[in-house]
Amino acid sequence: MLGLTTKIGSLTLKNPIMPASGTFSEDLAQIFDLDVLGAHVTKTITREKRNGNPTPRVCEVRGSMLNSIGIPSKGVDAFIENVIPFYAKYDAPLVVSISAGSADEFVTLCEEVSIAGVDAIEVNISCPNIEEDGKAFAMRPSTTEMVMKRLRNATDLPLWAKLTPNTGETTEVAKAAEAAGADALVVSNTLLAMAIDIKTRKPKLGNLMGGLSGPAFKPIALRMAFQCAKSVDIPVIGCGGIATIEDVIEYLIAGASAVQIGTATFIEPTIMVRLIDELPNYLKSQDLDSVSELIGSVRDEEAADGLVFMEAAP
Amino acid sequence: MSIFTSQIAPELPPEAHQIYEVDCTVKSNTPVNGEYRLLKLDAPQEILNCEPGQFFHLLCPTTSEFQPYFRRPMSIYGYYPDKGELHFLYKVTGEGTSALATLQTDDFLNVLGPLGCGFDIHPDWENLLLVARGVGLATLAPLALEARRQNRQLTAICSARSSDVLMSVDYFRSLGANVITVTDEDGSSDVENLRQLIEEQIANTGIDAIYTCGSNRLLKLLQSIGKQHNIPGQIALEQQMACGIGMCQCCVRPFERNGKIVQERVCKEGPVFDLQEAIGC
Repeated sequence: MLGLTTKIGSLTLKNPIMPASGTFSEDLAQIFDLDVLGAHVTKTITREKRNGNPTPRVCEVRGSMLNSIGIPSKGVDAFIENVIPFYAKYDAPLVVSISAGSADEFVTLCEEVSIAGVDAIEVNISCPNIEEDGKAFAMRPSTTEMVMKRLRNATDLPLWAKLTPNTGETTEVAKAAEAAGADALVVSNTLLAMAIDIKTRKPKLGNLMGGLSGPAFKPIALRMAFQCAKSVDIPVIGCGGIATIEDVIEYLIAGASAVQIGTATFIEPTIMVRLIDELPNYLKSQDLDSVSELIGSVRDEEAADGLVFMEAAP
Repeated sequence: MSIFTSQIAPELPPEAHQIYEVDCTVKSNTPVNGEYRLLKLDAPQEILNCEPGQFFHLLCPTTSEFQPYFRRPMSIYGYYPDKGELHFLYKVTGEGTSALATLQTDDFLNVLGPLGCGFDIHPDWENLLLVARGVGLATLAPLALEARRQNRQLTAICSARSSDVLMSVDYFRSLGANVITVTDEDGSSDVENLRQLIEEQIANTGIDAIYTCGSNRLLKLLQSIGKQHNIPGQIALEQQMACGIGMCQCCVRPFERNGKIVQERVCKEGPVFDLQEAIGC
Protein backbone atom coordinates (compact mmCIF):
# COMPACT_ATOMS: atom_id res chain seq x y z
CA MET A 1 0.00 0.00 0.00
CA LEU A 2 1.46 3.33 -1.08
CA GLY A 3 1.54 6.01 1.57
CA LEU A 4 -0.29 9.05 0.31
CA THR A 5 -1.02 10.48 3.73
CA THR A 6 0.74 13.57 4.95
CA LYS A 7 0.78 15.31 8.28
CA ILE A 8 0.13 19.02 8.73
CA GLY A 9 0.79 19.45 12.44
CA SER A 10 -1.91 17.55 14.32
CA LEU A 11 -3.96 16.94 11.15
CA THR A 12 -3.39 13.88 9.01
CA LEU A 13 -4.52 14.32 5.42
CA LYS A 14 -5.30 11.23 3.36
CA ASN A 15 -3.43 12.77 0.44
CA PRO A 16 -1.44 15.96 -0.06
CA ILE A 17 -3.83 17.55 -2.61
CA MET A 18 -6.22 20.27 -1.53
CA PRO A 19 -7.74 23.36 -3.13
CA ALA A 20 -6.38 26.87 -2.75
CA SER A 21 -8.71 29.34 -1.10
CA GLY A 22 -10.81 31.30 -3.59
CA THR A 23 -10.72 28.61 -6.25
CA PHE A 24 -13.02 26.18 -4.49
CA SER A 25 -16.59 26.18 -3.23
CA GLU A 26 -19.62 23.98 -2.72
CA ASP A 27 -20.32 24.48 -6.44
CA LEU A 28 -17.52 22.04 -7.29
CA ALA A 29 -19.59 19.26 -5.67
CA GLN A 30 -21.67 19.35 -8.86
CA ILE A 31 -18.65 17.98 -10.71
CA PHE A 32 -16.98 15.40 -8.45
CA ASP A 33 -17.13 13.85 -5.00
CA LEU A 34 -15.30 16.36 -2.83
CA ASP A 35 -14.31 13.67 -0.36
CA VAL A 36 -11.46 12.53 -2.60
CA LEU A 37 -9.53 15.65 -1.55
CA GLY A 38 -6.95 15.80 1.22
CA ALA A 39 -8.72 18.79 2.73
CA HIS A 40 -11.30 21.46 1.89
CA VAL A 41 -10.26 25.11 2.00
CA THR A 42 -13.02 27.69 1.78
CA LYS A 43 -12.87 31.09 0.13
CA THR A 44 -11.65 33.80 2.47
CA ILE A 45 -14.41 35.41 4.51
CA THR A 46 -14.49 38.67 6.37
CA ARG A 47 -16.76 39.38 9.35
CA GLU A 48 -18.79 41.95 7.50
CA LYS A 49 -20.53 41.68 4.16
CA ARG A 50 -18.37 42.96 1.34
CA ASN A 51 -19.17 43.51 -2.31
CA GLY A 52 -15.71 42.99 -3.73
CA ASN A 53 -13.94 44.96 -6.42
CA PRO A 54 -15.27 46.52 -9.64
CA THR A 55 -15.29 44.37 -12.78
CA PRO A 56 -13.40 43.21 -14.76
CA ARG A 57 -12.11 41.16 -11.86
CA VAL A 58 -9.89 38.80 -13.83
CA CYS A 59 -7.90 38.83 -17.01
CA GLU A 60 -5.69 36.32 -18.70
CA VAL A 61 -2.05 36.88 -19.50
CA ARG A 62 -0.07 34.37 -21.51
CA GLY A 63 -0.61 31.04 -19.80
CA SER A 64 -1.67 32.56 -16.49
CA MET A 65 -4.13 34.95 -14.91
CA LEU A 66 -4.47 38.13 -12.90
CA ASN A 67 -7.29 38.61 -10.44
CA SER A 68 -8.60 41.35 -8.30
CA ILE A 69 -11.79 39.83 -6.92
CA GLY A 70 -11.52 41.76 -3.65
CA ILE A 71 -12.90 39.19 -1.19
CA PRO A 72 -16.66 39.58 -1.69
CA SER A 73 -18.07 38.06 1.50
CA LYS A 74 -21.57 37.27 2.72
CA GLY A 75 -20.29 37.79 6.25
CA VAL A 76 -19.46 35.38 9.04
CA ASP A 77 -23.07 34.68 10.09
CA ALA A 78 -24.11 33.48 6.65
CA PHE A 79 -20.92 31.44 6.46
CA ILE A 80 -21.57 29.68 9.76
CA GLU A 81 -25.19 29.10 8.85
CA ASN A 82 -24.76 27.84 5.29
CA VAL A 83 -21.21 26.89 4.42
CA ILE A 84 -19.85 25.03 7.44
CA PRO A 85 -22.86 22.65 7.62
CA PHE A 86 -22.47 21.85 3.90
CA TYR A 87 -19.07 20.27 4.57
CA ALA A 88 -20.24 18.25 7.59
CA LYS A 89 -21.02 15.23 5.41
CA TYR A 90 -17.40 14.93 4.25
CA ASP A 91 -14.51 13.24 6.04
CA ALA A 92 -11.92 15.61 4.58
CA PRO A 93 -10.84 18.24 7.12
CA LEU A 94 -12.42 21.68 6.69
CA VAL A 95 -10.01 24.60 6.62
CA VAL A 96 -11.65 28.01 6.92
CA SER A 97 -9.83 31.00 5.43
CA ILE A 98 -10.29 34.29 7.26
CA SER A 99 -9.22 37.86 6.66
CA ALA A 100 -9.57 41.22 8.38
CA GLY A 101 -8.19 44.72 8.20
CA SER A 102 -7.08 44.83 11.82
CA ALA A 103 -5.78 42.44 14.46
CA ASP A 104 -8.86 42.99 16.65
CA GLU A 105 -11.21 42.09 13.86
CA PHE A 106 -9.04 39.07 12.99
CA VAL A 107 -9.32 37.87 16.60
CA THR A 108 -13.10 38.26 16.71
CA LEU A 109 -13.57 36.43 13.42
CA CYS A 110 -11.13 33.71 14.46
CA GLU A 111 -13.11 33.12 17.67
CA GLU A 112 -16.38 33.09 15.76
CA VAL A 113 -15.26 30.35 13.36
CA SER A 114 -13.54 28.21 16.01
CA ILE A 115 -16.54 25.91 16.17
CA ALA A 116 -17.44 22.27 15.60
CA GLY A 117 -16.99 21.26 11.99
CA VAL A 118 -13.93 23.44 11.45
CA ASP A 119 -10.59 21.60 11.56
CA ALA A 120 -8.12 24.41 10.89
CA ILE A 121 -8.03 28.12 10.17
CA GLU A 122 -6.06 29.52 7.27
CA VAL A 123 -5.13 33.09 8.06
CA ASN A 124 -5.05 35.21 4.94
CA ILE A 125 -2.53 37.77 6.17
CA SER A 126 -1.81 38.82 2.60
CA CYS A 127 -4.58 41.40 2.91
CA PRO A 128 -3.93 45.07 3.76
CA ASN A 129 -3.55 46.10 7.39
CA ILE A 130 -5.79 49.17 7.38
CA GLU A 131 -4.70 50.27 10.85
CA GLU A 132 -1.16 50.85 9.74
CA ASP A 133 -0.08 51.86 6.25
CA GLY A 134 -2.33 49.52 4.31
CA LYS A 135 0.50 47.13 3.55
CA ALA A 136 -0.33 43.45 3.94
CA PHE A 137 0.36 41.96 7.38
CA ALA A 138 2.50 39.27 5.74
CA MET A 139 4.80 41.79 4.07
CA ARG A 140 6.71 42.30 7.31
CA PRO A 141 7.87 40.01 10.13
CA SER A 142 6.65 42.44 12.83
CA THR A 143 3.04 42.67 11.67
CA THR A 144 2.98 38.94 10.89
CA GLU A 145 4.14 38.07 14.39
CA MET A 146 1.77 40.54 16.03
CA VAL A 147 -1.37 39.29 14.32
CA MET A 148 -0.47 35.58 14.51
CA LYS A 149 0.26 35.88 18.25
CA ARG A 150 -3.13 37.45 18.84
CA LEU A 151 -4.79 34.67 16.84
CA ARG A 152 -2.81 31.97 18.64
CA ASN A 153 -4.37 33.17 21.88
CA ALA A 154 -7.82 33.27 20.29
CA THR A 155 -8.19 29.65 19.15
CA ASP A 156 -7.08 26.09 19.87
CA LEU A 157 -7.54 25.10 16.23
CA PRO A 158 -4.50 24.69 14.00
CA LEU A 159 -3.52 28.01 12.40
CA TRP A 160 -2.12 28.11 8.88
CA ALA A 161 -0.55 31.43 7.91
CA LYS A 162 -0.92 32.22 4.23
CA LEU A 163 2.10 34.23 3.17
CA THR A 164 2.49 36.77 0.39
CA PRO A 165 5.16 36.91 -2.31
CA ASN A 166 4.96 40.71 -2.15
CA THR A 167 7.75 40.94 0.38
CA GLY A 168 11.53 41.09 0.43
CA GLU A 169 11.60 39.25 3.73
CA THR A 170 10.25 35.79 2.95
CA THR A 171 12.23 33.82 5.51
CA GLU A 172 11.92 36.45 8.24
CA VAL A 173 8.14 36.50 7.81
CA ALA A 174 8.05 32.69 7.83
CA LYS A 175 10.07 32.58 11.06
CA ALA A 176 7.88 35.27 12.61
CA ALA A 177 4.75 33.24 11.88
CA GLU A 178 6.36 30.14 13.37
CA ALA A 179 7.53 32.04 16.46
CA ALA A 180 4.01 33.37 16.96
CA GLY A 181 2.62 29.84 17.04
CA ALA A 182 1.47 29.11 13.50
CA ASP A 183 1.00 25.38 12.86
CA ALA A 184 1.76 25.58 9.14
CA LEU A 185 2.59 28.03 6.36
CA VAL A 186 0.76 28.24 3.06
CA VAL A 187 3.21 29.52 0.47
CA SER A 188 1.90 31.51 -1.16
CA ASN A 189 -0.77 33.99 -2.16
CA THR A 190 -0.61 35.81 -5.55
CA LEU A 191 2.02 38.25 -6.80
CA LEU A 192 0.96 41.86 -7.42
CA ALA A 193 0.86 42.43 -11.15
CA MET A 194 -0.75 44.49 -13.90
CA ALA A 195 -1.93 44.29 -17.50
CA ILE A 196 -3.00 47.10 -19.86
CA ASP A 197 -5.04 46.88 -23.05
CA ILE A 198 -2.85 48.75 -25.51
CA LYS A 199 -5.78 49.60 -27.79
CA THR A 200 -7.90 51.31 -25.14
CA ARG A 201 -4.94 52.07 -22.83
CA LYS A 202 -7.11 50.92 -19.96
CA PRO A 203 -5.82 48.57 -17.27
CA LYS A 204 -7.35 45.16 -17.83
CA LEU A 205 -8.56 44.91 -14.22
CA GLY A 206 -11.21 47.19 -12.74
CA ASN A 207 -8.99 47.59 -9.68
CA LEU A 208 -5.98 48.49 -11.91
CA MET A 209 -3.70 45.90 -10.34
CA GLY A 210 -4.19 42.35 -9.16
CA GLY A 211 -2.55 39.08 -8.25
CA LEU A 212 -0.72 36.88 -10.73
CA SER A 213 -1.41 33.17 -10.45
CA GLY A 214 -1.06 30.16 -12.70
CA PRO A 215 1.94 28.44 -14.28
CA ALA A 216 3.89 31.69 -14.87
CA PHE A 217 3.95 32.24 -11.12
CA LYS A 218 5.06 28.73 -10.16
CA PRO A 219 8.86 29.23 -10.01
CA ILE A 220 8.40 32.18 -7.66
CA ALA A 221 6.08 30.38 -5.25
CA LEU A 222 8.28 27.28 -5.45
CA ARG A 223 11.34 29.34 -4.51
CA MET A 224 9.44 30.75 -1.54
CA ALA A 225 8.17 27.31 -0.45
CA PHE A 226 11.77 26.07 -0.58
CA GLN A 227 13.08 29.03 1.44
CA CYS A 228 10.32 28.68 4.02
CA ALA A 229 10.80 24.93 4.38
CA LYS A 230 14.52 25.57 4.94
CA SER A 231 13.92 28.22 7.58
CA VAL A 232 11.13 26.79 9.76
CA ASP A 233 10.27 23.47 11.41
CA ILE A 234 6.51 23.68 10.88
CA PRO A 235 5.04 22.17 7.69
CA VAL A 236 4.88 24.20 4.51
CA ILE A 237 1.96 23.84 2.12
CA GLY A 238 3.01 24.75 -1.42
CA CYS A 239 0.67 26.88 -3.49
CA GLY A 240 1.26 28.60 -6.80
CA GLY A 241 0.88 27.57 -10.42
CA ILE A 242 0.49 23.83 -9.96
CA ALA A 243 -1.08 22.25 -13.06
CA THR A 244 0.59 18.84 -13.45
CA ILE A 245 1.70 15.92 -11.31
CA GLU A 246 5.29 16.98 -11.99
CA ASP A 247 4.52 20.34 -10.40
CA VAL A 248 3.17 18.57 -7.30
CA ILE A 249 6.30 16.42 -7.05
CA GLU A 250 8.53 19.47 -7.50
CA TYR A 251 6.88 21.26 -4.57
CA LEU A 252 7.17 18.16 -2.38
CA ILE A 253 10.86 17.84 -3.22
CA ALA A 254 11.30 21.55 -2.43
CA GLY A 255 10.01 20.84 1.06
CA ALA A 256 6.24 21.19 0.93
CA SER A 257 4.29 18.62 2.95
CA ALA A 258 1.15 19.19 0.89
CA VAL A 259 0.02 21.38 -1.98
CA GLN A 260 -2.91 23.58 -2.90
CA ILE A 261 -4.31 23.68 -6.42
CA GLY A 262 -5.85 27.00 -7.44
CA THR A 263 -6.03 28.57 -10.88
CA ALA A 264 -5.72 25.21 -12.66
CA THR A 265 -9.15 24.22 -11.33
CA PHE A 266 -10.67 27.04 -13.38
CA ILE A 267 -9.24 25.50 -16.53
CA GLU A 268 -9.74 21.85 -15.59
CA PRO A 269 -12.32 21.54 -12.78
CA THR A 270 -11.45 17.86 -12.19
CA ILE A 271 -7.69 18.45 -12.00
CA MET A 272 -7.40 17.64 -8.30
CA VAL A 273 -9.10 14.27 -8.91
CA ARG A 274 -6.65 13.58 -11.72
CA LEU A 275 -3.59 14.54 -9.65
CA ILE A 276 -4.74 12.31 -6.76
CA ASP A 277 -5.08 9.45 -9.30
CA GLU A 278 -1.67 10.14 -10.80
CA LEU A 279 0.26 10.45 -7.54
CA PRO A 280 0.44 6.70 -6.70
CA ASN A 281 1.45 5.96 -10.29
CA TYR A 282 4.29 8.41 -10.00
CA LEU A 283 5.45 6.91 -6.68
CA LYS A 284 5.40 3.43 -8.22
CA SER A 285 7.35 4.58 -11.25
CA GLN A 286 10.07 5.90 -8.96
CA ASP A 287 10.07 2.86 -6.63
CA LEU A 288 8.90 5.01 -3.75
CA ASP A 289 6.58 3.80 -1.00
CA SER A 290 5.29 7.08 0.30
CA VAL A 291 4.87 10.77 -0.29
CA SER A 292 6.98 11.47 2.79
CA GLU A 293 10.07 10.13 1.02
CA LEU A 294 9.79 13.03 -1.41
CA ILE A 295 9.19 15.84 1.05
CA GLY A 296 12.25 18.06 1.37
CA SER A 297 14.41 15.68 -0.68
CA VAL A 298 15.89 18.49 -2.77
CA ARG A 299 19.60 17.91 -3.38
CA ASP A 300 20.93 21.30 -2.38
CA GLU A 301 23.96 20.05 -0.40
CA GLU A 302 26.31 22.25 -2.35
CA ALA A 303 24.44 25.47 -1.69
CA ALA A 304 25.52 27.74 1.11
CA ASP A 305 22.88 29.15 3.48
CA GLY A 306 23.48 32.56 2.01
CA LEU A 307 22.38 31.33 -1.38
CA VAL A 308 19.31 29.58 -0.02
CA PHE A 309 18.03 32.66 1.71
CA MET A 310 18.87 35.24 -0.94
CA GLU A 311 16.15 37.74 -1.76
CA ALA A 312 17.75 39.19 -4.88
CA ALA A 313 18.48 37.62 -8.20
CA PRO A 314 22.22 37.20 -8.79
CA MET B 1 -6.85 7.98 -19.75
CA SER B 2 -9.45 10.63 -20.37
CA ILE B 3 -10.29 13.02 -17.60
CA PHE B 4 -13.86 11.93 -17.78
CA THR B 5 -13.29 8.34 -16.70
CA SER B 6 -11.89 9.43 -13.36
CA GLN B 7 -14.93 11.54 -12.63
CA ILE B 8 -16.81 10.15 -9.66
CA ALA B 9 -20.49 10.99 -9.54
CA PRO B 10 -21.08 13.15 -6.49
CA GLU B 11 -24.11 13.16 -4.25
CA LEU B 12 -25.93 16.37 -5.04
CA PRO B 13 -28.49 18.47 -3.23
CA PRO B 14 -31.83 18.18 -5.06
CA GLU B 15 -31.64 21.59 -6.74
CA ALA B 16 -28.13 21.09 -8.12
CA HIS B 17 -27.59 19.25 -11.39
CA GLN B 18 -24.50 17.32 -12.34
CA ILE B 19 -21.95 19.26 -14.37
CA TYR B 20 -19.71 17.27 -16.71
CA GLU B 21 -16.22 17.92 -18.00
CA VAL B 22 -15.93 15.85 -21.15
CA ASP B 23 -14.13 15.63 -24.48
CA CYS B 24 -16.46 15.90 -27.47
CA THR B 25 -15.56 15.14 -31.08
CA VAL B 26 -15.97 17.86 -33.68
CA LYS B 27 -18.44 16.82 -36.40
CA SER B 28 -18.10 20.04 -38.35
CA ASN B 29 -17.01 23.62 -37.84
CA THR B 30 -18.02 25.69 -40.84
CA PRO B 31 -18.71 29.33 -41.71
CA VAL B 32 -22.40 30.19 -42.05
CA ASN B 33 -21.75 33.67 -43.43
CA GLY B 34 -18.93 36.17 -43.54
CA GLU B 35 -18.86 36.54 -39.74
CA TYR B 36 -20.32 33.52 -38.01
CA ARG B 37 -19.37 29.87 -37.72
CA LEU B 38 -21.40 26.85 -36.66
CA LEU B 39 -19.65 24.23 -34.53
CA LYS B 40 -21.31 20.82 -34.30
CA LEU B 41 -20.05 18.39 -31.66
CA ASP B 42 -20.69 14.69 -31.13
CA ALA B 43 -21.73 14.76 -27.48
CA PRO B 44 -22.57 12.09 -24.90
CA GLN B 45 -26.21 11.89 -23.78
CA GLU B 46 -25.55 12.98 -20.20
CA ILE B 47 -24.47 16.48 -21.20
CA LEU B 48 -27.45 17.00 -23.53
CA ASN B 49 -29.98 17.26 -20.75
CA CYS B 50 -29.97 21.05 -21.17
CA GLU B 51 -32.33 23.97 -20.73
CA PRO B 52 -32.67 26.77 -23.30
CA GLY B 53 -30.42 29.65 -22.19
CA GLN B 54 -27.79 27.49 -20.51
CA PHE B 55 -24.18 27.58 -21.63
CA PHE B 56 -21.03 25.49 -21.83
CA HIS B 57 -17.52 26.52 -20.83
CA LEU B 58 -15.23 25.59 -23.73
CA LEU B 59 -11.55 24.75 -23.45
CA CYS B 60 -10.50 26.32 -26.74
CA PRO B 61 -7.51 24.68 -28.42
CA THR B 62 -4.12 26.36 -28.34
CA THR B 63 -2.24 26.84 -31.59
CA SER B 64 1.02 28.51 -32.50
CA GLU B 65 -0.93 31.69 -33.14
CA PHE B 66 -3.60 31.57 -30.42
CA GLN B 67 -3.10 30.64 -26.77
CA PRO B 68 -6.30 31.35 -24.89
CA TYR B 69 -5.84 30.44 -21.21
CA PHE B 70 -9.28 30.56 -19.59
CA ARG B 71 -12.17 28.55 -20.87
CA ARG B 72 -14.68 30.57 -22.90
CA PRO B 73 -18.35 30.59 -21.95
CA MET B 74 -20.64 30.04 -24.93
CA SER B 75 -24.41 29.84 -25.02
CA ILE B 76 -25.90 26.73 -26.55
CA TYR B 77 -27.23 27.16 -30.08
CA GLY B 78 -28.79 23.71 -30.14
CA TYR B 79 -28.82 20.48 -28.13
CA TYR B 80 -30.21 17.35 -29.74
CA PRO B 81 -30.27 14.26 -27.51
CA ASP B 82 -31.80 12.23 -30.37
CA LYS B 83 -28.84 12.95 -32.65
CA GLY B 84 -26.27 13.16 -29.84
CA GLU B 85 -25.24 16.63 -30.99
CA LEU B 86 -24.39 19.92 -29.35
CA HIS B 87 -24.21 23.06 -31.50
CA PHE B 88 -22.59 26.46 -30.96
CA LEU B 89 -22.92 29.48 -33.22
CA TYR B 90 -20.12 31.99 -32.76
CA LYS B 91 -18.56 35.07 -34.19
CA VAL B 92 -14.77 35.12 -34.47
CA THR B 93 -13.75 38.16 -32.44
CA GLY B 94 -10.90 37.39 -30.05
CA GLU B 95 -8.27 34.85 -29.14
CA GLY B 96 -10.71 32.20 -27.87
CA THR B 97 -13.06 32.24 -30.84
CA SER B 98 -10.12 32.51 -33.25
CA ALA B 99 -8.70 29.34 -31.70
CA LEU B 100 -12.11 27.69 -31.85
CA ALA B 101 -12.29 28.46 -35.57
CA THR B 102 -9.19 26.29 -36.16
CA LEU B 103 -10.96 23.11 -34.98
CA GLN B 104 -11.22 20.45 -37.70
CA THR B 105 -13.60 17.53 -38.04
CA ASP B 106 -12.61 14.68 -35.65
CA ASP B 107 -10.63 17.04 -33.36
CA PHE B 108 -11.51 16.93 -29.67
CA LEU B 109 -12.99 19.82 -27.73
CA ASN B 110 -13.21 19.66 -23.96
CA VAL B 111 -16.49 21.15 -22.72
CA LEU B 112 -17.78 21.82 -19.22
CA GLY B 113 -21.51 21.93 -18.63
CA PRO B 114 -24.36 22.34 -18.99
CA LEU B 115 -24.05 25.45 -16.83
CA GLY B 116 -26.26 28.11 -15.34
CA CYS B 117 -30.00 28.70 -15.13
CA GLY B 118 -31.93 28.92 -18.38
CA PHE B 119 -35.16 30.55 -19.59
CA ASP B 120 -38.56 29.73 -18.09
CA ILE B 121 -41.74 29.39 -20.08
CA HIS B 122 -44.57 29.70 -17.58
CA PRO B 123 -47.61 27.52 -18.35
CA ASP B 124 -49.84 30.57 -18.92
CA TRP B 125 -47.46 32.35 -21.29
CA GLU B 126 -49.07 31.65 -24.65
CA ASN B 127 -47.69 34.38 -26.93
CA LEU B 128 -43.94 34.73 -26.68
CA LEU B 129 -41.87 37.54 -28.15
CA LEU B 130 -38.16 37.01 -28.85
CA VAL B 131 -36.08 40.07 -29.61
CA ALA B 132 -32.37 39.83 -30.24
CA ARG B 133 -29.56 41.12 -32.31
CA GLY B 134 -26.57 39.54 -33.99
CA VAL B 135 -25.14 36.53 -32.24
CA GLY B 136 -27.65 37.07 -29.43
CA LEU B 137 -30.13 35.30 -31.65
CA ALA B 138 -28.12 32.10 -31.21
CA THR B 139 -28.84 32.14 -27.49
CA LEU B 140 -32.59 32.35 -28.15
CA ALA B 141 -32.64 29.51 -30.72
CA PRO B 142 -33.06 26.67 -28.17
CA LEU B 143 -35.83 28.70 -26.51
CA ALA B 144 -37.64 28.93 -29.85
CA LEU B 145 -37.39 25.16 -30.27
CA GLU B 146 -38.72 24.55 -26.76
CA ALA B 147 -41.56 27.03 -27.33
CA ARG B 148 -42.45 25.13 -30.51
CA ARG B 149 -42.37 21.83 -28.62
CA GLN B 150 -44.80 23.32 -26.10
CA ASN B 151 -47.04 24.71 -28.88
CA ARG B 152 -46.61 28.35 -27.89
CA GLN B 153 -47.13 31.17 -30.36
CA LEU B 154 -43.82 32.72 -31.24
CA THR B 155 -42.85 36.09 -32.69
CA ALA B 156 -39.16 36.67 -33.31
CA ILE B 157 -37.74 40.09 -34.08
CA CYS B 158 -34.28 39.55 -35.51
CA SER B 159 -31.96 42.53 -35.72
CA ALA B 160 -28.60 42.85 -37.45
CA ARG B 161 -26.27 45.33 -39.05
CA SER B 162 -27.20 44.17 -42.55
CA SER B 163 -29.44 41.53 -44.08
CA ASP B 164 -26.54 39.24 -45.05
CA VAL B 165 -25.59 38.74 -41.39
CA LEU B 166 -29.13 38.22 -40.10
CA MET B 167 -28.92 35.04 -38.06
CA SER B 168 -31.35 32.20 -37.49
CA VAL B 169 -34.16 33.70 -39.54
CA ASP B 170 -34.81 30.51 -41.51
CA TYR B 171 -34.48 28.47 -38.36
CA PHE B 172 -37.10 30.53 -36.53
CA ARG B 173 -39.38 30.36 -39.57
CA SER B 174 -39.00 26.59 -39.75
CA LEU B 175 -40.26 26.48 -36.17
CA GLY B 176 -43.41 28.31 -37.21
CA ALA B 177 -42.42 31.65 -35.73
CA ASN B 178 -43.71 34.92 -37.07
CA VAL B 179 -40.33 36.41 -38.01
CA ILE B 180 -39.76 40.15 -38.38
CA THR B 181 -36.34 41.26 -39.57
CA VAL B 182 -34.83 44.68 -39.00
CA THR B 183 -31.42 46.00 -40.03
CA ASP B 184 -29.23 49.05 -39.51
CA GLU B 185 -28.72 49.09 -43.27
CA ASP B 186 -32.30 50.07 -44.05
CA GLY B 187 -32.78 51.98 -40.79
CA SER B 188 -35.50 49.62 -39.55
CA SER B 189 -33.53 48.55 -36.46
CA ASP B 190 -33.68 51.88 -34.67
CA VAL B 191 -35.33 51.97 -31.28
CA GLU B 192 -38.42 53.94 -32.28
CA ASN B 193 -39.22 51.62 -35.16
CA LEU B 194 -38.72 48.60 -32.91
CA ARG B 195 -41.00 50.10 -30.31
CA GLN B 196 -43.68 50.57 -32.93
CA LEU B 197 -43.29 47.01 -34.21
CA ILE B 198 -43.58 45.58 -30.71
CA GLU B 199 -46.54 47.82 -29.83
CA GLU B 200 -48.28 46.47 -32.95
CA GLN B 201 -47.66 42.88 -31.84
CA ILE B 202 -49.04 43.67 -28.41
CA ALA B 203 -52.13 45.30 -29.95
CA ASN B 204 -52.71 42.55 -32.52
CA THR B 205 -51.99 39.22 -30.87
CA GLY B 206 -51.05 40.19 -27.35
CA ILE B 207 -47.70 39.27 -25.82
CA ASP B 208 -47.42 37.29 -22.57
CA ALA B 209 -43.65 37.30 -22.18
CA ILE B 210 -40.60 38.93 -23.71
CA TYR B 211 -37.21 37.25 -24.10
CA THR B 212 -34.01 38.91 -25.13
CA CYS B 213 -30.26 38.65 -24.99
CA GLY B 214 -27.30 40.95 -24.66
CA SER B 215 -27.80 44.40 -26.18
CA ASN B 216 -28.10 47.36 -23.83
CA ARG B 217 -30.28 49.27 -26.22
CA LEU B 218 -32.77 46.40 -26.51
CA LEU B 219 -32.69 45.91 -22.74
CA LYS B 220 -33.74 49.51 -22.08
CA LEU B 221 -36.42 49.46 -24.77
CA LEU B 222 -37.90 46.14 -23.61
CA GLN B 223 -37.81 47.19 -19.95
CA SER B 224 -39.79 50.26 -20.87
CA ILE B 225 -42.35 48.34 -22.93
CA GLY B 226 -42.57 45.59 -20.32
CA LYS B 227 -43.26 48.13 -17.57
CA GLN B 228 -45.80 50.02 -19.62
CA HIS B 229 -47.83 46.95 -20.52
CA ASN B 230 -47.03 44.88 -17.46
CA ILE B 231 -45.46 42.09 -19.51
CA PRO B 232 -42.87 39.90 -17.77
CA GLY B 233 -39.57 39.22 -19.45
CA GLN B 234 -36.24 37.47 -19.21
CA ILE B 235 -32.81 38.39 -20.48
CA ALA B 236 -29.67 36.30 -21.00
CA LEU B 237 -26.61 38.33 -20.00
CA GLU B 238 -22.91 38.05 -20.62
CA GLN B 239 -19.95 38.73 -18.40
CA GLN B 240 -16.33 37.75 -18.51
CA MET B 241 -15.86 34.47 -16.63
CA ALA B 242 -13.03 32.44 -15.19
CA CYS B 243 -14.40 29.31 -13.51
CA GLY B 244 -17.94 29.32 -14.95
CA ILE B 245 -19.44 27.36 -12.04
CA GLY B 246 -19.72 29.95 -9.27
CA MET B 247 -16.44 29.62 -7.39
CA CYS B 248 -14.39 32.62 -8.42
CA GLN B 249 -16.94 35.46 -8.15
CA CYS B 250 -15.49 37.23 -11.16
CA CYS B 251 -18.64 37.38 -13.33
CA VAL B 252 -20.88 39.37 -10.98
CA ARG B 253 -23.23 42.04 -12.32
CA PRO B 254 -25.49 44.42 -10.44
CA PHE B 255 -29.28 43.89 -10.41
CA GLU B 256 -32.03 45.99 -8.93
CA ARG B 257 -34.27 43.95 -6.68
CA ASN B 258 -36.85 45.36 -4.27
CA GLY B 259 -35.26 48.80 -4.49
CA LYS B 260 -31.79 47.48 -3.63
CA ILE B 261 -28.75 46.78 -5.76
CA VAL B 262 -27.66 43.16 -5.49
CA GLN B 263 -24.64 41.50 -7.08
CA GLU B 264 -25.23 38.15 -8.75
CA ARG B 265 -23.00 35.74 -10.60
CA VAL B 266 -23.87 35.52 -14.28
CA CYS B 267 -22.55 31.93 -14.40
CA LYS B 268 -24.54 30.61 -11.47
CA GLU B 269 -27.64 32.69 -10.74
CA GLY B 270 -27.77 33.48 -14.48
CA PRO B 271 -27.08 33.77 -17.30
CA VAL B 272 -30.86 34.31 -17.58
CA PHE B 273 -32.27 37.01 -15.33
CA ASP B 274 -35.52 38.88 -14.85
CA LEU B 275 -35.76 41.60 -17.51
CA GLN B 276 -36.77 44.36 -15.09
CA GLU B 277 -34.02 43.54 -12.56
CA ALA B 278 -31.22 43.72 -15.13
CA ILE B 279 -29.04 46.84 -15.27
CA GLY B 280 -27.33 47.78 -18.50
CA CYS B 281 -23.64 48.50 -18.53
